[in-house]
Amino acid sequence: MATTTITKTEKLVGKRIRRREDPRLITGTATYVDDIKMPGMLYASILRSPHAAAKIRSIDISKAKALKGVHAVFIGEDTKDAGAVPCGASLPGLRVPHHNILAIDRVYLVGHPVAVVVATDRYIARDGVELIEVEYEVENAVADPEKALAPGAHAVHPQWPDNIAFTFHQEGGDVEKAFKEADVIVKQRITSQRLIPNSMETRGVVADWRSADRTMNLYTSTQAPHLVRSLVAQILGLEENRFRVVAPEVGGGFGAKIQTYAEEILLAWISIKLQKPVKWIESRRENFTCTIHGRGHVDFYEIAAKRDGTILGIKLKLIQDLGAYFTILTPGIPTLSVLMMPGLYRTPNISADIVGAFTNCPPTDAYRGAGRPEATHGIERMVDMLAAELKMDPAEIRLKNFVRNEEFPFPTATGLVYDTGDYSAPLKKAMEMAGYDKLRKEQVEARKQGKYMGIGLCAYGEICAFGPSPATPAGGWESCTVKIEPSGQVTVLTGISPHGQGEETTFAQIVGDELGVGIDDVLVLHGDTQLVPYGIGTFGSRSTAVGGTALYYALQDLKATIKKFGEMLLESDDVTFAGGQCTCNKSGKSIGVKGIAAAAYRAMKLPANTGPGLVATHFWEPPNFTFPFGAHLVVTEVNGETGDVVIKRYIAVDDCGNILNPLIVDGQVHGGVAQGIGQALWEQAVYDDNGQLVTGEFMDYTMPRAHMMPWIESAHTITPTPVNPLGVKGVGEAGTIGASPAVVNSVVDALSTLGVRHLDMPLTPEKLWKLIAGRNA
Amino acid sequence: MTESITVNINGTTYSHDVEPRLLLIHYLREVVGLTGPHIGCETSLCGACTVELNGKAVKSCAVFAIQCDGAKILTIEGMAANGKLHKIQEAFWNEHGLQCGFCTPGMIMITKQILERNANPSEQEIRHGLDGNLCRCTGYQHIVNAVRAAAKAAGA
Repeated sequence: MATTTITKTEKLVGKRIRRREDPRLITGTATYVDDIKMPGMLYASILRSPHAAAKIRSIDISKAKALKGVHAVFIGEDTKDAGAVPCGASLPGLRVPHHNILAIDRVYLVGHPVAVVVATDRYIARDGVELIEVEYEVENAVADPEKALAPGAHAVHPQWPDNIAFTFHQEGGDVEKAFKEADVIVKQRITSQRLIPNSMETRGVVADWRSADRTMNLYTSTQAPHLVRSLVAQILGLEENRFRVVAPEVGGGFGAKIQTYAEEILLAWISIKLQKPVKWIESRRENFTCTIHGRGHVDFYEIAAKRDGTILGIKLKLIQDLGAYFTILTPGIPTLSVLMMPGLYRTPNISADIVGAFTNCPPTDAYRGAGRPEATHGIERMVDMLAAELKMDPAEIRLKNFVRNEEFPFPTATGLVYDTGDYSAPLKKAMEMAGYDKLRKEQVEARKQGKYMGIGLCAYGEICAFGPSPATPAGGWESCTVKIEPSGQVTVLTGISPHGQGEETTFAQIVGDELGVGIDDVLVLHGDTQLVPYGIGTFGSRSTAVGGTALYYALQDLKATIKKFGEMLLESDDVTFAGGQCTCNKSGKSIGVKGIAAAAYRAMKLPANTGPGLVATHFWEPPNFTFPFGAHLVVTEVNGETGDVVIKRYIAVDDCGNILNPLIVDGQVHGGVAQGIGQALWEQAVYDDNGQLVTGEFMDYTMPRAHMMPWIESAHTITPTPVNPLGVKGVGEAGTIGASPAVVNSVVDALSTLGVRHLDMPLTPEKLWKLIAGRNA
Repeated sequence: MTESITVNINGTTYSHDVEPRLLLIHYLREVVGLTGPHIGCETSLCGACTVELNGKAVKSCAVFAIQCDGAKILTIEGMAANGKLHKIQEAFWNEHGLQCGFCTPGMIMITKQILERNANPSEQEIRHGLDGNLCRCTGYQHIVNAVRAAAKAAGA
């Protein structure tokens, strides 16, 4: 900006401010990985297995190599020196399959990379792939986790014939005693189907090796650039400080870009081999079959309660479909479900057993919510079934069992400490917005007319702001450097790596308020390991709660230095820094940030024990997770003729603590709800018995489109967390976690007149039509 | 084998020899250097590559470059004029009609067509107009608001 006002008085935090990152995005001038072009750059295309399980008998690459424009073709044998895809999660007795970046001898999922062609352009690279001839010895596959655990199933990895990757047990309280004392026990098998994250930008990598200075530049569409740097440098034996990872503009992640993938290692390896920059852009089909999937649970729940509705205990047997190999968090995800299995309820007794099953499918890993949607879906379905069994209202049973306000910090039976909450507030607010009592009366009338009208509730709790380092695989802290430049303008270098969440704006709001500078004078940079301090990245609703807090503390350090310069320049020991001004409380004289910055860099004179410049870096370790909560209320009507679910009203009341920018928070809620509704009604990775993905394109995998989405009525209660000074908890995943149980509870309620007590997702028209037609017959 | 084409893109005329199999989206991005339109699926299902071809919104992954000989094309890069954002761009910015931004160029181009066909669309008409364009971030609600705001701004 040509004219800048370095001081301002209006508070920025809490305002609906349009985003700083948008101008480049709405003009088509942002740079995503596929927009990067380098002199001499080559293009890679990957040949992938069409079979879910097979031995590779032979690979003939001669025709591909002979094609004009092809520079190189590599197969698994060539890349044996390149190490394996890393997994960060560890569990006792965990069996970790070695996953080479290109298959050697065997393939164990459709899409398993077998060979790579490197050519002068992407068309020729794809032509080359077509010319490779592979002879496979096809074996039976297993794509369903329950079938994988059955005796005699095909062994995904021959060395582990039972297909069990791990078992895990956790308990708290005395669950057996609770079940003995119970008046009522409700049991149900509940599934959370395999889902495909489908960020609109697929993955993509440009690797650029500069041998003269042993420097790797890796541009990759990732949520965790430093993690990619550390892991790929280690895997390839490269020097970490000369390994630069850049996450340029990233077109969505939803958890599927936290991992370090085979292609990131492979592209770096190729660039070194060929001494040229190389690009690979994932096709949508590859994204469907080779990027991680989410969910994949088969859960067996039992809930024990007293006749008055008091929940005494919960038992869970959980089968996790892990897929054929592990990415960074794969085996850890179901353990998050166990941690959150009590939901918002006081339940003192729990027991959980996980079996992690190998299947001939892509790995499951963190997809928006990562373990919490599964847990929330389970407990919120069980509570509804318990209410039905006891003939209680689903709201009443929830209100009865919520952790009470005076019980915080609340230690759960799973070993967590819930930070703070007012769990009944969002539920009551949602019911008030909906006119709950009136709706129940309308439902009675609708049923008299033969309509299938349902009202569904979900009171969700989640675990966010990952997290204390001992509880996370790669550290859970976050970092920030703040520089006040000699001009007085401010540059923020954050360790988080946003890709749509809007921290270029919210962080500038925080800076504006703390330093008293205008938002236009703040620039927030991220996603370049050569520029920003080491960071963990953006996932698990952690960026503002953890990264924003690192920023906040860096700003406090800076403010202390500013005050010292202020005291020196104003020749006073009684100076206050506020609103961008250091003011002497005696003389009333003042000097602004701009003047102080100029003096700090000119350094004609310095305060005692203070160096020149205005820069502060802070690494912040969170003392606990945060635990956002909320209530969603959904009114549905099921069309008895077609099985279609019409969402008449969608009410979301979320408590994410303090809200920095309501516009951005609304957007996060809407997007999350869309993904939760998608899971509840339409989305599913369907594999046939041969391990072929049947829903492998947008034509078959039903992602919500604009006309399928209801209007979302969003509201909030605000209970600031004591875990961080901003009082923020995170909101990235809330919508997804609240949505699927609210929608399914609503549809089950609608069809309860037909004797329905549970339905597994997705609630497709076909499934509901068959059910209604069958029951009416 | 290549064919010669001449195309007017965002007011500038280009002549290139192209392979008959070259998709319009690859021509725009790789040959002309306009990387605003994005590739989300290459199967005409996501709409991230939407551009205006002879006045109609098309998915440029479903058109060959040689089919565009003599055509007039408008991409997202041509929407702002003289350093001033188009009203639709302003509306997407004001209403937070985007998050990761990857689908946004296509969303803006389809919005132009929605409003050219119907200056004052209802919510349902907007949603049906947007149906060929996928967004995974926003849940569409703020996009609907953006289209409404753009309609209002155009009428003002």
